[in-house]
Amino acid sequence: MDTPLIQFIDVSKSFGETLVLKRLNLSIYKGEITAVIGKSGTGKSVLLKHIIGLVNQDSGQILIEGRPLNKLSRTDRKSFHKKLSYMFQDNALFDFMNIYDNIALPLVENSTFPKDQVKNKVFELMKQLGLTGIQEKFPAQLSGGMKKRVALARALVTDPKIVLFDEPTTGLDPIRKKNVHSMIQEYQKKFEFTAIIVSHDIPEIFNVVQRIALLDDGIIKFEGSKKDILDSHSKILNDFIDGKDV
Amino acid sequence: MLNKLIESFGKRILISLESLGRIILFFLAGLKNIFIPPFQFAKIIDHTWFIGSKSIFVIVLTGFFTGMVIGLQGYYSLVKVGSEAALGAAVALTLISELGPVFTAIMVTARAGSSMAAEIGVMRISEQIDALKTMHINPVRFLFSPRIIAAVISFPLLTALFDVVGIFGGFISGSIMLGINQHVYMDTVIQSIKVHDINGGFYKAFAFAVVTTTICCYRGYYTHLYSGFGARGVSLSTTNAVVQSCIAIFIFDYIITFFLV
Repeated sequence: MDTPLIQFIDVSKSFGETLVLKRLNLSIYKGEITAVIGKSGTGKSVLLKHIIGLVNQDSGQILIEGRPLNKLSRTDRKSFHKKLSYMFQDNALFDFMNIYDNIALPLVENSTFPKDQVKNKVFELMKQLGLTGIQEKFPAQLSGGMKKRVALARALVTDPKIVLFDEPTTGLDPIRKKNVHSMIQEYQKKFEFTAIIVSHDIPEIFNVVQRIALLDDGIIKFEGSKKDILDSHSKILNDFIDGKDV
Repeated sequence: MLNKLIESFGKRILISLESLGRIILFFLAGLKNIFIPPFQFAKIIDHTWFIGSKSIFVIVLTGFFTGMVIGLQGYYSLVKVGSEAALGAAVALTLISELGPVFTAIMVTARAGSSMAAEIGVMRISEQIDALKTMHINPVRFLFSPRIIAAVISFPLLTALFDVVGIFGGFISGSIMLGINQHVYMDTVIQSIKVHDINGGFYKAFAFAVVTTTICCYRGYYTHLYSGFGARGVSLSTTNAVVQSCIAIFIFDYIITFFLV
């Protein structure tokens, strides 16, 4: 197999007395969608935040195409982070901005696109995500599902190379859930980005991803392809999939 | 026992020094980003409208009644020594060099500063500041820098408004209600005010704008460090922002006055 795009090697992280990640090892491959599954509160979001640079590990290494992230030059780290996009679990939409401005913000602040081009791009994405006609509304006026889709639109508007989705479908009805999953798949095929999805949608998420990692108690207890899951006799994995306490 | 006391005192000093260092760095980062293009004109106009225009009513109201009170108190103090004719000068100088900038800063802090701290605090606890970082948008530049400029524009103008309305309030209570000759009142106002006094008031307004905006934005921005997460954290940050801004206003007022007189 190729060199992983992102590799966690013995990464540990604690907050105060609580050890969240315990010498965690994980590999993410270019152009694939990897799902990180696991119980709530096991550090899945913390894992994603290490990649985007919101949290730094206490020990261990995160390699980007074989190079340690914390040893990259400032320019290289900046250029790596520019390829990333993050969709937050609670959306993190700006409540003082309307929906159009929320989605357009990363383009407006970071690019030299002409206004018309930004507008076309935002409206096209809104149309694809079923958000037409709400551009003037504010996040507080939207349902939970709509907010999710706005957050998804904002994450995809910059055509990122790596997208980190933190529970992108929480709070959506089954139809919207399916739409978001298809949307991620479709966009991933179209733009060939690498995606990491933290999800609780089991087994639906297995139809979207190429690789799965089970995080439990701060450690990756299973990592492999969909085929590996089917072939796996891992009790911990099968129990989790069956909804039994791991 | 004594060791513990010293230890606890030392800890507090270290925390305060750390906090002071952080706020200075926060201010310098905000200041630096003002001068880095592209300039954020739209945001500056937006915040100037919020800090400045929306404070006009409260400034007019407090300025008017402050002037009336000074007129009333001043009259009864001056009449004892037969100098009631100097009421205009007393009202104008008190307002322009002291009460105008201080009261304006306190009122604007109570109205707009608290709102800044709360808004940025909510952004912190709802991960909106983290979201800015993930979009490669510098949150200090985005949230703080335009507010400093807006405050620096608004505070001196609001102070001038407070002074003018206050002098008019003094005129109402001193001349219209207590009978001091209107021409004498206005004449002593005009004669007594020197450019030095007006400049002094503006220096203070400028300093208060920078200090209070920095404290309020800083408190909101670091809500998670000082006050914790959640609604209670934001409310604590907001209260601390207003209280600390008011204390800072009085401290800076003394320092600036010391150098001006």
